[in-house]
Amino acid sequence: MMTNKQPLSQRLSWLVPTLYIVFLLLPIYWLVNMSFKETSEILSTFSLWPQNPTLRNYTVIFTDPSWYSGYINSITYVVLNTLISVTVALPAAYAFSRYRFLGDKHLFFWLLTNRMAPPAVFALPFFQLYSAFGLIDTHIAVAIAHCLFNVPLAVWILEGFMSGVPKEIDETAYIDGYSFPRFFVKIFVPLIASGIGVAAFFCFMFSWVELLIARTLTTTDAKPIAATMTRTVSASGLDWGVLAAAGVLTIIPGALVIYFVRNYIAKGFALGRV
Amino acid sequence: MEKTWNNKAWFMVLPVLVLVAFSAVIPLMTVVNYSVQDTFGNNEFFWAGTDWFLDVLESDRFWDALTRNLIFSAIILAIEIPLGIVIALNMPKKGIGVPICLVLMALPLLIPWNVVGTIWQVFGRVDIGLLGRTLATLGINYNYVQNPLDAWVTLIIMDVWHWTSLVVLLCYAGLVSIPDAYYQAAKIDGASRWSVFRYIQLPKMKRVLLIAFLLRFMDSFMIYTEPFVVTGGGPGNSTTFLSIDLVKMAIGQFDLGPAAALSIIYFLIILLLSWIFYTVMTTSDAQG
Repeated sequence: MMTNKQPLSQRLSWLVPTLYIVFLLLPIYWLVNMSFKETSEILSTFSLWPQNPTLRNYTVIFTDPSWYSGYINSITYVVLNTLISVTVALPAAYAFSRYRFLGDKHLFFWLLTNRMAPPAVFALPFFQLYSAFGLIDTHIAVAIAHCLFNVPLAVWILEGFMSGVPKEIDETAYIDGYSFPRFFVKIFVPLIASGIGVAAFFCFMFSWVELLIARTLTTTDAKPIAATMTRTVSASGLDWGVLAAAGVLTIIPGALVIYFVRNYIAKGFALGRV
Repeated sequence: MEKTWNNKAWFMVLPVLVLVAFSAVIPLMTVVNYSVQDTFGNNEFFWAGTDWFLDVLESDRFWDALTRNLIFSAIILAIEIPLGIVIALNMPKKGIGVPICLVLMALPLLIPWNVVGTIWQVFGRVDIGLLGRTLATLGINYNYVQNPLDAWVTLIIMDVWHWTSLVVLLCYAGLVSIPDAYYQAAKIDGASRWSVFRYIQLPKMKRVLLIAFLLRFMDSFMIYTEPFVVTGGGPGNSTTFLSIDLVKMAIGQFDLGPAAALSIIYFLIILLLSWIFYTVMTTSDAQG
């Protein structure tokens, strides 16, 4: 009986991930479906595919500055944040992975608490802090604010990757007469290139998906696309078609980069610890 | 790995320290400041001691929101962890299916959180959503705007949709690290499917499962954007979680004192959870 049952359950095992993926894709399919319909069609007829496919919703987004500037703003602060986070995290992660120093464990723990801190706690104080510096509604304000959770994340991920590089490599390089900066840039960074890619990807992602802080710190000039979307919902105009198209466009950047990190994505989520 | 003692390493950590201190310590000090003072406006503050903390701890509002948070976390963990394990166990091990599964499954994780909310808000609507419309056609009375139970079900399904992939990816990473020799040995011994899972796969997944469990618990504990978009905390207060309540208090009503006190209590809970996370991680780091 065992020998009969085993192959059958194995032959059917593809069903489980397939069904799960169908479940994942259904709501996304519905959003894409809506994005190709006129709002009047969305409200009047219920159909599984657009009866009169239209690109109008996308045209609206790409021609109206209040829409497309949202994307530019989001991408600007996300890229700024990724650059800052990875740059400052690199030396720190090296220090954590190679040396013991006074208070290192407490520091490492304190960093983690910031990754776990609820953004809701920080929304109001951030607003006041950045107002005091006159940084409200600038890209750099959001970029620095997102460092709160992205720098700790980058440090943890990079530390995980760096710990996988044997220490003998450092020592050999020093014996060969490399100075620390030269060793770091010429030898060490190429060795952990995939780790840097993964850390950058995760900084990009968490800055991209975050809304509460980004929305609190911006009003018009640096307003992220996600906030533009919520305004549309509340402004009763409720142009469902444009809203759906905007949603679809926010999914695309993630979908594009995910392919490059597919093999490391679990390691990133586990903060470099798989 | 043996680490050398070197206090100069502090210089390498310094940039991180300055940056995170600016983003974390200064705002936290502001919060502490507000939590112990009261104001009549005009920037005049006076000492209020622990009044706000007592107010918060004695209010039903806080305990209700906390209870909702804990129930929500418990339910989504009870669904996502077993579901994630089952899916990971059935994922293809090699071939073209692997990258396809990984990329498609990771997709929901990269969607901005408010768009996740929007997707489900639309998907569940009775008039224009696929889910709402289908349920209505089947004769099921479903309306997440008016019925608290439906609102909860929607939020839970949304969270399962959004985050189960995280558990799947972590478990899968644990599973592929098991050498083939283990399975061959089990086959020779005539081990059943269940004992392969119980004695080979589960122990290998223990560490990643722990990470998945703690991450999911903490992230669901501070959930804000998705329920805010879908239900706005309603109907009534039935889906008002701690974060939503806090933002309502601080930015909506501008009750700085209670909001600050609530922030600190909230933060202390998170601190305790992070400490558990850290201890668990470092001990399992030590075990390898």
